[in-house]
Amino acid sequence: MQPVDASNPPAQPLPLDARAAWTTNAVAIPIAQVPELSSQEFRGACVDLCTQGARLSALLAIPSENAKPLQVLAVLSHDARRCLAILRVELAEGEGYPSLSVALPQAQAFERELFESHGIRPLGHPWLKPLRRHADLEASPENVQAHTFFQVEGASIHEVAVGPVHAGIIEPGHFRFQCHGEEVLNLEIQLGYQHRGAEPLLLRSAPARRVVVAESIAGDTVIGHASAYAIAMEGLGGAAPPVYAQAIRAIALELERLSNHVGDLGALCNDVAYLPGASWFGRLRGEFLNLLMELSGNRFGRSLIQPGGVRFGLTNEQRARFLSRLVAARRDLQGTAQQMFGAASVASRFEHTGVVSKDVAESLGLVGVVARASGCDRDVRRDHPVGIHHFVQIPVCLQESGDVMARAQVRWEEVEKSLDFVVAQIESLPAGSGGSHDVRPKPCMLAVGMVEGWRGEIAHVAVTGKDGQLVAYKIVDPSFHNWFGLGLALRGQEISDFPLCNKSFNLSYAGHDL
Amino acid sequence: MLHLLIQRLRQGKHTSSFPAGGAGLPERFRGRPGIEAAKCSGGCRDCAEACPTGAIATSPVRIDLGACLFCMACQDACPEGALRYTADPRLAARNKADLIVAEGEDPKLVAALDAGMKRLFGRSLKLRQVSAGGCNGCEAELVALGNVVFDLSRFGIEFVASPRHADGLVVTGPVTQNMELALRETYAAVPSPKIVIAVGACAISGGPFAGSSVCKNGVPADIPVDLYVPGCPPHPVTLLDGLLRLLGRIQGDESRRAR
Repeated sequence: MQPVDASNPPAQPLPLDARAAWTTNAVAIPIAQVPELSSQEFRGACVDLCTQGARLSALLAIPSENAKPLQVLAVLSHDARRCLAILRVELAEGEGYPSLSVALPQAQAFERELFESHGIRPLGHPWLKPLRRHADLEASPENVQAHTFFQVEGASIHEVAVGPVHAGIIEPGHFRFQCHGEEVLNLEIQLGYQHRGAEPLLLRSAPARRVVVAESIAGDTVIGHASAYAIAMEGLGGAAPPVYAQAIRAIALELERLSNHVGDLGALCNDVAYLPGASWFGRLRGEFLNLLMELSGNRFGRSLIQPGGVRFGLTNEQRARFLSRLVAARRDLQGTAQQMFGAASVASRFEHTGVVSKDVAESLGLVGVVARASGCDRDVRRDHPVGIHHFVQIPVCLQESGDVMARAQVRWEEVEKSLDFVVAQIESLPAGSGGSHDVRPKPCMLAVGMVEGWRGEIAHVAVTGKDGQLVAYKIVDPSFHNWFGLGLALRGQEISDFPLCNKSFNLSYAGHDL
Repeated sequence: MLHLLIQRLRQGKHTSSFPAGGAGLPERFRGRPGIEAAKCSGGCRDCAEACPTGAIATSPVRIDLGACLFCMACQDACPEGALRYTADPRLAARNKADLIVAEGEDPKLVAALDAGMKRLFGRSLKLRQVSAGGCNGCEAELVALGNVVFDLSRFGIEFVASPRHADGLVVTGPVTQNMELALRETYAAVPSPKIVIAVGACAISGGPFAGSSVCKNGVPADIPVDLYVPGCPPHPVTLLDGLLRLLGRIQGDESRRAR
């Protein structure tokens, strides 16, 4: 655990670009403060800021009260400066704007989403294919072409189609491989099968329903998404939860990370037929789910996080029990990891498989474990802290090689750091209450709630109208940034390495499809 | 190799003693909800109005486990404390009517398949899973059934890679428009006689996504369901209890112990 170093405060401002409104995670700003740019200025400002170190965290449409019916908002994260830039452009019905994707490949999926959901055309976008809404688009013949898969032509080229129903207990998605022999020349990933309409449902529901929808965006990231939702709502209401509730949230977030990282390490072992690792990590994953259940009554932490605070705390007996169970779990985890990382059969499959270079990771805007395994130094807990993370930092774990081994190692290092953090937090848990659950959003505000979920950056953007009701709600799961990275990781690999590469990313289908 | 064996010995055995022993569930675990009508003044609808999925009907209070997310909304809302979750993990039922919890009624636990089906599947049941909009919560608990703790295969139940190899289908998720065709084709590809198991609030009623314009509120009515397993997601013990009762391998009050 590193205390914040007071002698070395975060680098402070060069003057902030006046084309954007600036804020930080969890802090709402009046929507009127966001300058209205022309479409050329908007594109120019986004590109300039990203050249100076920002990344695109969200791109969304919001209804406008002005003459033009739609506005597009961009949320750019400037990690080094620990702040967020909000940019805005107004568009007439059917009016396009110059695509960001040509200069910023990280925008490609966001712009496809805007076109598909709102008819906002990014002019010059290289690949305006539907992301999720197959059914209504299939009805229109002009879009048939947009449905064709990228194809490689030539003698002895063959195509492999997998999904949406896969051979295991996995969410649905379609994978189309262009192969020459065993070698994969291109992998195209078509998702959307899981599209449940989470955003509109969350927008138009009563508060009690919103929480359960947020918890169900990705069922393996209940704490992450419920926290991002709570942070956005608390930002809009101008009310932070008590320190005790923030500590419980941080503990739960790390328990979620532990269960998933440990489960992933087991699944990686399984995919290279290292069965002791698969069994032991598989069992140990359950230990962390069981701790979450002891805390919240549910193995995934449902019903724990509420806007305004948390519903459950830890009694002194529970704290003692947690600490002794964590000691036992750490001992078995370390024993298993030592065997796994020491096994030559594991190393020979993990090393040099599914490489994503730092340049590719940067240009695609990858986040989380996948980005850190390629050397991109980003972590919301450090760069955009909320709650307890203002005071206690968890070291960021980086690797350089960008292969399956790097992604496994980042997970293992994060397991150790999360264990340290959870133990320290439980030992020093402050006295206090879970907080009041009465959070009332203020009118005409915008707030961003960001959380470093176990996969990476989760961003929720909420905007209120004149009566304080939500008028726009955008959910960005880390998978939305990272799926394209998996496609590129497969280039030049053998097709038989796909399950291993896929597991090393372990992205959410539901979180992408919403 | 020696180190591996030492590690194996050190880690010990962790397989659950369920159903013979207790389920090992903690105090806060939310199982079957209990209604104490004596405490309910009957004058308000606070519980019903607080429920995010409309799972509660009033006068008298009844809870539809098929829509219940086992959240805390009703328990928090009831001014008299008449609604309390119990730790009873036995939630599964053979039909939707049996999912209704009312005061003073014994749980309508899963009845075993008829003799013919039991003869076919009782000692070997191969299942194919289809996620049709599932958030990966129910899927994760189905995967957990295969780990060394729950060890589903010790009961002769296994998940297989192809519907052609399966005796039945396990469906999760609210059934999105975009998965309806794939679900129907997978169902058709399972040879008869076959069973269908709907797992989780989404597959039974749409769950948190009930009423969404791009979902079907769970398994379509024309696909006959043999077993409903409520929960969001159901605990692996709830899944095991439902599956083993369906096969006639647990009867009566066995498996009641939560701890």
